[in-house]
Amino acid sequence: MARRVGLEVSLACAEAVKLCNADVIAAYPITPQTHIVEHLSELVADGHLDAEFVPVESEHSAMSACVGSAAAGARTFTSSSAQGLALMHEMLFIASGLRLPIVMAVANRSLSAPISIWNDHSDIMAERDIGWVQTFAETGQEVLDLMLHAFKVAEDPRVCLPVAVNLDGFILTHVIEPMEMPDQAEADAYLPPFVPSQSLDPAAPVSMGMVGMPEVYTEAKKAALVALEDSYPVIKEHWEGFAEQFGRSYKPIETYRTEDADTLFVTMGSLGETCMTAVDEMRQDGKSVGQVRIRLWRPFPDEDFMAAIAGAKNLIFIDRALSPGVAAGPVATEMRALLYTKGKNMFTANFVCGLGGRDVTRTDFAGMLAKVEAAAAAGNEITCEMVGVKE
Amino acid sequence: MADEGMTPWKDLALGCAMTEPGSSKSFNTGDWRSRHRPVTDRETCIKCGLCWIMCPDMAYTADPDAEGYYLWDSYYCKGCGICIEECPKDAISWQEEKEEDKYGPACGT
Repeated sequence: MARRVGLEVSLACAEAVKLCNADVIAAYPITPQTHIVEHLSELVADGHLDAEFVPVESEHSAMSACVGSAAAGARTFTSSSAQGLALMHEMLFIASGLRLPIVMAVANRSLSAPISIWNDHSDIMAERDIGWVQTFAETGQEVLDLMLHAFKVAEDPRVCLPVAVNLDGFILTHVIEPMEMPDQAEADAYLPPFVPSQSLDPAAPVSMGMVGMPEVYTEAKKAALVALEDSYPVIKEHWEGFAEQFGRSYKPIETYRTEDADTLFVTMGSLGETCMTAVDEMRQDGKSVGQVRIRLWRPFPDEDFMAAIAGAKNLIFIDRALSPGVAAGPVATEMRALLYTKGKNMFTANFVCGLGGRDVTRTDFAGMLAKVEAAAAAGNEITCEMVGVKE
Repeated sequence: MADEGMTPWKDLALGCAMTEPGSSKSFNTGDWRSRHRPVTDRETCIKCGLCWIMCPDMAYTADPDAEGYYLWDSYYCKGCGICIEECPKDAISWQEEKEEDKYGPACGT
């Protein structure tokens, strides 16, 4: 039976990986991911988890080792942050290209320079095109739950793709939170043993990672692209299965008080919790606001998003990363393109906030709404504004 | 580019894995050669085998019918000329080849 525990979220993440019976963990420590792999290494060393812990010499090696172990048919986990994730960059494409069901927890942290160990989404936004399934957690419970879901999706024979679960550095990783911890039997019932769809087996030899001549590269990429798109119904199916078994339900796009709301905030990650409280306060002040949270970032759930914003007049996209040299942050840029292709013409504003660990408060959201109300009345779109820059 | 060796995307193995050996045979890489092929003069050849040793792409194989000599593979040779450069007796030289003769029989046979 599930226990209610108070646990640091990083440790809960590691405990979830233990519940998932990972066979191989290859990781290199980096703040704020450290506690996740540190605890896993303890669990392995103390004999609580029968797994191989590979203490590699870099994140590039970590992902390389993961590629090898997943190819050999082992249930494989890693975790990283910021510069570490960036150092994995080229291997991330290989993991998805080879269709290897690796699961990674990304403790989101800002990229240097200047050196910052604190939270924003610049690390994962630089990895948007790696071909992985990417989900975002808002709370510690969600981290735990999404970890089980990640293995379930990744290893599904209809998917066979790596999955990245994003959790905000410090804001989630270092917070102690009460949560429901499933027991081993419950986890096993949800996640059966890994049966690889293809593996390096001397009895049935295959070569993985071959050169793709111009005659085959395009077709290989098409196959991987369609695999990611086709993972969408499976991702939903396994969230539905999770809800049936554990009673906690997840959707690709989550909504909060969107009914009758003129203006919607669009958030990702833990900032959604602050925004939710801000929405409650603004509602009390008679403002017509609601919130849309992007849980599934890749493959992006176009139809769910369009349905969630169908009744709104104004959208406020919150970005926690910059996309230098284009008009807006990564989320706003993509969402505006989506609106355009769907023929939806509406007022949009983009605020970039919470960079490098800068706090974003309820007051900040109220300030954004005030600006949007004034701009919308004047018919001026807020293309992109960095919040709270000291002039 | 001809569609020789091409596979519909739905027919590719998972992750574009190779499930059978020898797949490079599907690709006629000999068409990378540009108008010249290496030709061995067996009168000058001393059977040292350096062409076979130095060829970076295994375009020479032992001639089963003439011990010590090597056969050249028109389907596989890229025309890099390393065998010509390395031959200690200058027994190998460039010979012009027309596009239509590109995959003609290997020399020396």
